[in-house]
Amino acid sequence: MARYAMVIDTKLCIGCADCVVACKTENKVPEGLNRDWVVEATQGTYPKLETEFRSERCNHCSNATCVTMCPTGASHHWNGTNIVLVDPNKCTGCKACISACPYDARLIMHPEGYIDKCTFCHHRVEKGMDPACVSACPTKCMHFGLLDDPNSEVSQLLRTRKHKVLAPETGNDPNVYYLI
Amino acid sequence: MLNQNRGPDGVSMNRRDFIKISGLFGLGAAAPAMLAGCAARPLPGQGEVVRTPTFCDMCFWKCAAYAHIENGQPWKIIGNDDDLHSKGRLCTRGTAGMGAYEDPDRLRRPLIRVTGADGLQTFREASWDEALDYIAERLKKVEQRHGADRLALLNHGYGAHHFQHLVRAFGSASIAEPAFAQCRGPRDVGFELTYGEVIGSPERTDMEHSRCIVLIGSHIGENLHNAQVQTLADAMRNDVTLITVDPRFSVPASKSKYWLPIKPGTDIALLLAWMHVLIDEGLYDRDYIERYATGFEQLKRHVARYSPEWVYLETGIEPETIRRTAREMAAAAPATLIHPGRHTTWYGDDTQRSRAIAILNALLGSWGRKGGLYNKESVSLPHYPVPEYPEARSDFRAAHAGRFPFANSGVTTAVIEASVGADAHYKAWIVYGTNLPMTIPGIRPTLQAAIDSLDLVVVVDTMPSEVTGYADVVLPECTYLERYDDLRNSGERVPSLALRMPVFEPRYDSKPGWWIAKQLGHRLGLEKYFPWDDYAEVIDWQLKQLGSSLEEMKRIGVKNFPRKRPLYFAPGQDVRFFTPSGKIELYSQQLADKGFDPIPEYTRPESPPAGYYHLNYGRMPAHTFGKTTNNHLLFQLAPENTLWVNPLVASERGLVNGEYVRLANPDGVVSNQIRVRVTERIRPDSVFMAHGFGHRSRKLRLTHDVGADDSELMTRLKIDPLMGGTGMRGNFVTIIKEAV
Amino acid sequence: MLEEILITARSNPHIDPVLEVWNWQISVYLFLGGLTAGIMFFSALMQVLNKDEEAPFAANGLALLGPIALSLGMTTLFLDLSHKLFVWRFYTTFQPTSPMSYGAWILVLFYPVSVLQILSTLRKGYPVAVPYIGRVPLLPELLDWLEVRRRAIAWMALPIAVGLGIYTGILLSAFSARPFWNTGLLGPLFLVSGLSTGAALTALIARNHGERSLFTRIDIGLIVAEMLIVALLLVNLSTGARPQLEAAAKLLGGSYSAMFWGAFVAVGLLVPLLLESFELRGLMRRVAVIAPVLVLVGGYMLRVIAVDLGQETTWINYESEFNPQLLERLR
Ligand SMILES: Nc1nc2c(c(=O)[nH]1)N[C@H]1C(S)=C(S)[C@@H](COP(=O)(O)OP(=O)(O)OC[C@H]3O[C@@H](n4cnc5c(=O)[nH]c(N)nc54)[C@H](O)[C@@H]3O)O[C@H]1N2
Ligand SMILES: Nc1nc2c(c(=O)[nH]1)N[C@H]1C(S)=C(S)[C@@H](COP(=O)(O)OP(=O)(O)OC[C@H]3O[C@@H](n4cnc5c(=O)[nH]c(N)nc54)[C@H](O)[C@@H]3O)O[C@H]1N2
Ligand code: SF4
Ligand code: SF4
Ligand code: SF4
Ligand code: SF4
Ligand code: SF4
Ligand SMILES: [Mo]
Repeated sequence: MARYAMVIDTKLCIGCADCVVACKTENKVPEGLNRDWVVEATQGTYPKLETEFRSERCNHCSNATCVTMCPTGASHHWNGTNIVLVDPNKCTGCKACISACPYDARLIMHPEGYIDKCTFCHHRVEKGMDPACVSACPTKCMHFGLLDDPNSEVSQLLRTRKHKVLAPETGNDPNVYYLI
Repeated sequence: MLNQNRGPDGVSMNRRDFIKISGLFGLGAAAPAMLAGCAARPLPGQGEVVRTPTFCDMCFWKCAAYAHIENGQPWKIIGNDDDLHSKGRLCTRGTAGMGAYEDPDRLRRPLIRVTGADGLQTFREASWDEALDYIAERLKKVEQRHGADRLALLNHGYGAHHFQHLVRAFGSASIAEPAFAQCRGPRDVGFELTYGEVIGSPERTDMEHSRCIVLIGSHIGENLHNAQVQTLADAMRNDVTLITVDPRFSVPASKSKYWLPIKPGTDIALLLAWMHVLIDEGLYDRDYIERYATGFEQLKRHVARYSPEWVYLETGIEPETIRRTAREMAAAAPATLIHPGRHTTWYGDDTQRSRAIAILNALLGSWGRKGGLYNKESVSLPHYPVPEYPEARSDFRAAHAGRFPFANSGVTTAVIEASVGADAHYKAWIVYGTNLPMTIPGIRPTLQAAIDSLDLVVVVDTMPSEVTGYADVVLPECTYLERYDDLRNSGERVPSLALRMPVFEPRYDSKPGWWIAKQLGHRLGLEKYFPWDDYAEVIDWQLKQLGSSLEEMKRIGVKNFPRKRPLYFAPGQDVRFFTPSGKIELYSQQLADKGFDPIPEYTRPESPPAGYYHLNYGRMPAHTFGKTTNNHLLFQLAPENTLWVNPLVASERGLVNGEYVRLANPDGVVSNQIRVRVTERIRPDSVFMAHGFGHRSRKLRLTHDVGADDSELMTRLKIDPLMGGTGMRGNFVTIIKEAV
Repeated sequence: MLEEILITARSNPHIDPVLEVWNWQISVYLFLGGLTAGIMFFSALMQVLNKDEEAPFAANGLALLGPIALSLGMTTLFLDLSHKLFVWRFYTTFQPTSPMSYGAWILVLFYPVSVLQILSTLRKGYPVAVPYIGRVPLLPELLDWLEVRRRAIAWMALPIAVGLGIYTGILLSAFSARPFWNTGLLGPLFLVSGLSTGAALTALIARNHGERSLFTRIDIGLIVAEMLIVALLLVNLSTGARPQLEAAAKLLGGSYSAMFWGAFVAVGLLVPLLLESFELRGLMRRVAVIAPVLVLVGGYMLRVIAVDLGQETTWINYESEFNPQLLERLR
């Protein structure tokens, strides 16, 4: 399975949320809903502090419980990749996928009733472009590419930099990596 | 804390119901679609897409961009790859530009103040002809009775050029913008006194090549000036040594090798201590100083007193840290940048602090050097031929009344003060693109007195901002996405021009600034200054002089030109600085002559009284001051500002994360309510909030009455005697818990 | 101090600030699903065991309640769907990894078997219907044919009943993403609780004294079993990871403790257990009739607690820096 990954450098991320607006406008995300968001994590006591900023979204898990729990196949891996999409034409709105996502709130309810989510901008990826959030980020701290290709930027970054994923204990095998 | 969206009985509240109802409507609409086998919307970008060049006006950085419309609907705005301001990437606010165009609360039609039979004043809608005639008639009266120079223009933003042109043509030279006395004034004056040149915008910082960057307050990252952010990120990718001096653990502080959580207001002491170490340890750039600077011996004597040990007591920064950071700067020099900052109107001694920054840069040899401050260059763009402006009988200095000898630009506060009273100098104002009551701290009473005295106040704005409430006539300008403005031609690494052109037709009955200025010009008998039918003609003419054309620019949006001068000084190059001595003036005779400290002195700032905290403020990435808080896209990111308090303060005062409190200052001003954020990222002696919230205008339907306004709480202003800057940071507040 | 906050105001409906995608519709559905399983199980069991004498209602009349209860449940399930016109999509596919897909198909299997079961006992269970039956051509012949095969049908119904019980039990526990659900004990608990509600309903409706006490005895056993599983579940949670500990805290002394201790443990288990024990000893007869009602209430409360609390337990939980309620100002 072709494996796409997003690699986000928390050392550079400034928490500006440009990625969020870029997603909202590119994907015409309905008013009041978000497919991505930004978290700020501060540790320590003044003045010995560490703050990490990170932009979060669906992890496009290789072992996606939202897909396995979907009763209709509406949640699916796109074209044999790890990109997880929802087909509105098959979605009943049962919301099993939402409950099934350990990353909580990775999927949102479209006002029309079906489930909507981060698509890794497959409509851009198909054309060889980066996802909208990645190409907007002013610090260029987001990277996107194929993990299967050892020469891709993402593969190289993961080889050379310390990194983590969110809640690996869920066993979902997420594909959004954070350089730390 | 958790169940924010639930009512007291756990029942979901309105918002969810709304979604459910719209879901039902959606079902109805989806039925035919489903029968056709399709509930999905088409993927973005599959329709008919039109791409139009512009440059962003969400803040004053002016990033070139392309606005995209899909199937006639606003879609997205993305950066222009050829542009050095944006490098193909807009910031959060720029990306949300469509929200400004789409805002349903925009001013729609001209408004004229009327007094009803009951004495109550209101606005009534008027036609453009009526509103413009009304203004012209009153302006002519002012001209006849008092003279054309009694008209002042208070303005901010790129579109203001059209009104500067109008006002000059009318015969006034009293133009003031908050970008001077409330923002960059002290910095530009301080650098001009030292180097004979200003820093300007965009800042001439060569950060992508810096090996050491020192940020004094500048919170780049929260301050989202695009290329500043991008080049700082480049520097970090190159493992720059970042040193951030900030009482708050700002975003750049969190990325820094050294964070110096300085006691507020003591920066000059730290800067002098750094100079002390550089000179004491012989770490400064001797050759550079000898070649280019004057006054070194005086400087050396002056800083001898400022030992790190002494300065530690003032700033709270350990002597060892002061020494170590000074050595880091020297080791990386001249690729060391002591960032000049931008919003520098802090404590009233700001020009002197900026001088100290300028001098420190000189000791490190970074002006004109790679990784320091580069030589900027713009395009020599010919002016469209119009007659010379008439000589104005007086200029903005009339307002300064002999104060502020180094103010080379109008001081807004002085202009406002010189408009109060029957015999006041100014009789009429045009206010363009600046929201005075929130922009100028503590100005509301004076503003009220001024409009009571003025014969005419015209406000040109896009939104029903608070300032419109002070107007006799409100003129609705269309947004930057609906108009031509002057070509962008800022000093940069690479001289370049950028085009702003209409992406959409103006919505409602709003009009572009150039049209408004021209219409007023005609009514004032100034036709000869406006010999065009459409501003596109002006731009096209200018471009053709340079061998380009409007048609070409409509395709490319940005045109870069070759440089004429080198970006940096050549080794050993002779340079004549634009100072009286032709040298970098470490010691300033100009200052001495006017009775000011020729080398910056440190004065101890006031400490907060018991129970009070320093009122610290700054930017948040999601917004530009108060002008984007009603933008629906940005409102969704950050609908309010929060009050940062240290956990020690929180526990002492019994504050809980997320609760709403009010702030009060020693003069009895009480703020709107603001949500507490308990965080270690702030000193226990300070509280912090983002500027731009606490709008009182109820017509701003998203943002009104949300969050607190720092300006209201600033009643003790420290005016910079050199240039009239409004020192905003000497204010203290205490926290009032809301009665539950 | 660790401060981890959302610095973008995210307020996705039903998801922020806590997951709330499933509501009473799902609790009702799970309750009625479990009840239906109990109904079918006991009716089939009594038929298989030929207990017409000892348990005349369970053996003959009870089965009719199954499809009624389940249809109500499926109605609330349907009400919960947010993309209702696409409900048929459940039946254009079978997703082997999705319990919900199994459930959809088990429901389909349930109805025909249940109808056969009802028809095979119709004349015995509902004598009032007899005069009408004759008016339908061929129906008497069909009933004759089915009545002979009553036990065979009951044998078919048993596994479906068990399947239905297990399905409604494990539906939630299959969600590994929700720490509170993801335990091996929730399935058995729901199964036992479903049987218990089925037994209680039978005890409530049965007119025959012997049958009532039979089902009271069965119910006592089930309640005791249920209490054991609940105890195990609490032990399990209290020794789990952070989210499980949080769930335990909410149950034992937090936002769910009133519902848990009061409505479920006391009202739904302890009081009926006492009342039913008294009843068997011939004490407090008058009051004891409410015991089965309490069991039904308890069964429903268990579903409510599981559905709601399960959604609140997550691996990742950020506080929002901003007040998301402000977003209600957006049109
Ligand atoms: N997102 C966004 N970006 C913007 C703007 C915006 O509105 N929104 N506005 C733009 C404009 S016009 C300007 S002028 C710039 C302003 O941006 P900057 O020039 O970066 O602003 P400053 O006031 O220097 O920086 C504020 C910081 O100073 C710190 N500070 C407070 N008191 C002291 C002190 O006594 N000493 C020191 N060393 N630090 C102190 C605060 O904690 C805060 O982190 O931002 C620009 N960028
Ligand atoms: N308390 C406090 N005061 C401050 C600051 C602070 O941090 N705290 N910061 C200071 C600094 S650095 C600066 S630069 C100034 C900024 O001061 P301002 O430039 O006054 O900033 P805004 O409050 O954003 O007001 C901009 C106004 O322009 C209007 N506008 C927006 N777009 C257009 C347009 O296209 N055409 C027209 N005609 N109008 C338009 C908006 O609706 C709004 O009314 O504020 C200074 N004042
Ligand atoms: S746009 Fe980039 S820097 Fe900004 S929050 Fe998103 S990932 Fe971080
Ligand atoms: S993060 Fe959640 S929604 Fe995204 S693929 Fe993984 S399980 Fe599915
Ligand atoms: S809501 Fe739609 S996508 Fe999600 S599990 Fe149900 S059918 Fe699948
Ligand atoms: S990848 Fe695309 S859909 Fe996903 S968060 Fe980024 S912009 Fe949004
Ligand atoms: S920095 Fe951001 S808001 Fe300012 S002009 Fe550039 S894109 Fe627009
Ligand atoms: Mo500014």
